[in-house]
Amino acid sequence: MNESRRSFIKKSALASAATAIGMTLPGSLLASDIRKRESFEGWRWDKSVCRFCGTGCGIMVATKNDKIVAVKGDLAAPVNRGLNCIKGYFNAKIMYGEDRLKQPLLRVDETGEFSKTGKFKPVSWQRAFDEMEKYMRKSLKELGPTGIAVFGSGQYTIMEGYAMAKLMKAGFRSNNLDPNARHCMASAVAGFIQTFGIDEPAGNYDDIEVADTIILWGANMAEMHPILWSRITDRKLSNPDEVKIFNLTTFTNRSSDLSDIEIIFKPHTDLAIMNYIARKICYEVEDAIDWDFVNKYTVFATGPVDIGYGMRKPGHPGFTDLERETVKRETSKIISKDEAVTLGYLGYKEGDTMEMKNRGSAGKHWKITYEEFKKGLEPYTLDYVAELSKGDIEEDIETYKVKLEILASNYISKARKVTSFWTMGFNQHTRGTWVNEQAYMIHLLLGKQAQPGNGAFSLTGQPSACGTAREVGTFSHRLPADMVVANPKHRKRSEELWNVPQGTVNPKVGSHITKIMRDIEDGKITFAWVNVCNPFMSTANANHWIRAARKMDNFIVTSDGYPGVSAKVSDLILPVAMIYEKWGAYGNAERRSQHWRQQVTPVGDAMPDTWQYVEIAKRFTIRDVWGAQKIPGLEGGLPDVLPAARNMGYSPDDTLYDVLFANEKAKSFVWPDPVGEGFQNTEAEGDKRTIIGSDGEEWKGYGFFIQKYLWEEYREFGLNHMHDLAPFDRYHEARGLKWPYVNGKETQWRFNSLYDPYAKAETSTGFAFYGPALKALPSGTLQGINNKEKTGLKNKAKIFFRPYMDPPELPDKDYPFLLCTGRVLEHWHTGTMTMRVPELYRAVPQALCYMNPKDAEKQGFKDGDYIWIESRRGKVKTHIETRGRNSMPQGSVFVPFFDEKVLINKVCLDATCPISKEEDFKKCSVKIYKV
Amino acid sequence: MAISIKKYSRRESIRKMVGSGGLFAIGGIAWAGYADGATHVDLVLRPPGALDEPDFQKACIKCGICVEVCPYDTLSLAKSNSNIPIGTPYFLPRDIPCYMCTDIPCTVECPTDALDESLLSMAKENGTTVLDINKSKMGIAVLNAETCLAYWGIRCDACYRACPLIGEAITLELSRNERTGKHAMLKPKINNEVCTGCGMCEHACITEETSIYVLPVGEVKGKVNNQYIKGWEEGDEARIDTTKVYRDTQTNDQSTLDYLNDTESLLEDE
Repeated sequence: MNESRRSFIKKSALASAATAIGMTLPGSLLASDIRKRESFEGWRWDKSVCRFCGTGCGIMVATKNDKIVAVKGDLAAPVNRGLNCIKGYFNAKIMYGEDRLKQPLLRVDETGEFSKTGKFKPVSWQRAFDEMEKYMRKSLKELGPTGIAVFGSGQYTIMEGYAMAKLMKAGFRSNNLDPNARHCMASAVAGFIQTFGIDEPAGNYDDIEVADTIILWGANMAEMHPILWSRITDRKLSNPDEVKIFNLTTFTNRSSDLSDIEIIFKPHTDLAIMNYIARKICYEVEDAIDWDFVNKYTVFATGPVDIGYGMRKPGHPGFTDLERETVKRETSKIISKDEAVTLGYLGYKEGDTMEMKNRGSAGKHWKITYEEFKKGLEPYTLDYVAELSKGDIEEDIETYKVKLEILASNYISKARKVTSFWTMGFNQHTRGTWVNEQAYMIHLLLGKQAQPGNGAFSLTGQPSACGTAREVGTFSHRLPADMVVANPKHRKRSEELWNVPQGTVNPKVGSHITKIMRDIEDGKITFAWVNVCNPFMSTANANHWIRAARKMDNFIVTSDGYPGVSAKVSDLILPVAMIYEKWGAYGNAERRSQHWRQQVTPVGDAMPDTWQYVEIAKRFTIRDVWGAQKIPGLEGGLPDVLPAARNMGYSPDDTLYDVLFANEKAKSFVWPDPVGEGFQNTEAEGDKRTIIGSDGEEWKGYGFFIQKYLWEEYREFGLNHMHDLAPFDRYHEARGLKWPYVNGKETQWRFNSLYDPYAKAETSTGFAFYGPALKALPSGTLQGINNKEKTGLKNKAKIFFRPYMDPPELPDKDYPFLLCTGRVLEHWHTGTMTMRVPELYRAVPQALCYMNPKDAEKQGFKDGDYIWIESRRGKVKTHIETRGRNSMPQGSVFVPFFDEKVLINKVCLDATCPISKEEDFKKCSVKIYKV
Repeated sequence: MAISIKKYSRRESIRKMVGSGGLFAIGGIAWAGYADGATHVDLVLRPPGALDEPDFQKACIKCGICVEVCPYDTLSLAKSNSNIPIGTPYFLPRDIPCYMCTDIPCTVECPTDALDESLLSMAKENGTTVLDINKSKMGIAVLNAETCLAYWGIRCDACYRACPLIGEAITLELSRNERTGKHAMLKPKINNEVCTGCGMCEHACITEETSIYVLPVGEVKGKVNNQYIKGWEEGDEARIDTTKVYRDTQTNDQSTLDYLNDTESLLEDE
């Protein structure tokens, strides 16, 4: 350990020496007085963060006359050191698209009354909030707290996410708040919680510069994490013969360019490849196991397999007969030839029926012995796994086997530091939690985790999927700082910090994002509010949800900067201030929290999201929401907490605004504040526009520094609870800080006592996987629990055995192609911002269907042919492309999801990982034919 | 490079005249003086399969069929005052590039040989021929490294990803970014031999004015000498035209003697 640390320090010293040659970082760049450097023709420069992906590049924003005039990469930002990708290059432009939303818009009939079938007309903020309030009240009255829902986001600023979480959970007592981040990294979260008892990666991006082998599993980093990819490229160039890059993928993508070895596997068989590596370790080179590490810091575990695929039951009336052909597997499935091998340990044979008995307890798991673990791996021989997993029928099987062996030996070699990266290939997977856990399985067996250059590293897609969605906990089951609503101690602590009565927070887990859609279709949710996302375009099986929004008796609100599909299916649209038009903070994939100041006045009448959430809080008193409430599935419902509230000094007529957002503590954060000197704050003091606000009066601000209040209160959740953040002002001096931030220092590698003060507190040397969640387990065999008595596993991580299973929908003669969806470098998610930048639009104006040339020939297609892509759920039109950035193996097609005109989620299957509830956007079956 | 940019701006002028009535008058006047004596038609991009420019002009009957059959509306017919011979087809890739149809309707449907199918045909083993759009040579892409963001270290390579012959016509040259010490540059590089001049790169380039653009083949000058072979590149000999090797050079013995015998001139100053 000491030796590897020394070598790391040596390497970092070299790196910084090399860096020093060309890089100058004058003190003024590092200090807080950047903003004072009035330079080019009165431009004011201030630091900020890129709006787009989870990499978290620092940028500098120049403003003049209250307009953003330019951006540049922040030279002092450790992530990107002054560089950006082409999305980052256009940060200045994204706020000024032609069709930016500038006024609230409501569907009205000819008389000006709201009508579900009306046309959008501009309305005042007051009218907008009147209508919202009316329909929220209606839903709450008819259905209780579960009748309302909020689509949250991994693009919320931390303060926005915190404000909404507090409003929903402490105010409306509804857990129906779930982010689009569910679609992006819920499987990663479940993998972290089940394995380590705490969310988010142990390592950080500096792993790249130290790793000898970098392995991508379902992560096209060349396009999706462009700046990190340039770091990996540099690492490769630093020692081309020694540094090895692997790209495990289901088709050739741009990350294959740099890779020493590209492994094209059949979708879903990553589960089997992982077990092949583990089998090789346990059966062939058992010495490679770091027994000291394994014995001290881990236990072995497994769980049930009959857990379904996160779909609704086939009897649901919303399904067509065609859909039922797939959905029937939710409750039972016929064991395939491959599964007969991998599930043989449970006594299954080919043709048997597996009843999905553990649909409701998919996350259950228990301790097993190493011997049991090893038994589970037995079937995953090289021959079997190569046969099962080879994804390109044109590749020679022997070549493929050699590649798998090289992959395994790179992991196993004691001399090599190995970093595994993954994103959506693992996470968007009906066994996504399992495959995340398998990555840790390999790294933990080998003792290659939580050390510089050694670790399984889950990358994230969105700019604040970590910082907001996960850390703040804008999920239907979470509370801030890794706490959960189902845990009474966690609720109690949250209620204390929120200064609300005990019993306020709803203990029943709410609806995850796909279930919010399903509940809207089922009439169980009749009011929904879309925040900082575009779920009606980004949720699989979109036809159902679009129809439900438009045809059912409900009220959908979308807050957005630009008109997209979600706005289009809504009843009310609220224009929002975009990134640099408000104060904010994001947290990236390496636990780095980064703040920025409001740079300019928002356009039109657009107002910050936080303002919108806080204004609606003014419309409800605690009497409205804190009485006894019925909750479906919760015996006794929610208690009446008004008497307790009275004892705390609240009056029933106090509004949620008074209690949650404008309390004495909040008002103690005064505005103006030195950290904001020279900058505006639309929420705190209004702005030059004299907006007529939600009450019909001129908006003059809350009079206090609400963003700082939200930050400081949120921060209390994590302090001394393994999630320590720094004080607000500190982030305006630094280029982001990696939590836990303890005694003025960031934490580089968690769980490692050399770096992490929390690990150090547990052990003077070595590691402590101190995450507290799910740390008491019954024990048993591969087949099930045989001793219900729970044993604690303090400071230990779990090594899971997880088998291979088929995905719920496989190609057949009617739907012969396997569809995978994803992104392109040029566009961000559903394209609401980047499709409005003319340069990016021109670069990639349309989502194409990438296909293997031989498949195209067989189908009689030529490049550019207009085709239908049709599944059992829906169809879309686009053009065939056999050339270009992605090369598909025969049998598979790829379509990116950024293009509203090619709304590919109409085609996708809304199956999820049953543990994480994250949808699998990577696998469904389609037929393709000419228009 | 500077010369290339200048030439490109001339083609831009053509584009503005064709594309915008408003700019037409100004552009027209500017062009009138400029075009005199300039080989402006050399800067025009023709459809795939076009003969060399002089032959093309002779063979093209200005029927417009190629324009009609182009599924992407890539091709236009030159109008009067455009300084391209009226009625001949051309395209401006920044507006609409050639999408490289594998069935090449423009060339196949051409009633004369102005667009010559045989230039885009490939013999198969069984003696038949098939169309091969990749053999087309509409032009060659040229890159301005000063404005190309990838050369700044920005992660772009949009042209590379747009290239139908990705990894062949455009490759990425990797180099370390010494300034940051931990990032790499992924710089697009054009392979002139493979580039078809389709202009997908020019269309995709995300800088305000494109930093990569297609010039007609003859306008991309530069040819290395025949006598030097890259020792570090295996098979570079293949580049050499063996019919024109050194030993064929005519010698002139008389001039050698004349030189040697002329000692007077060496002494002239003394």
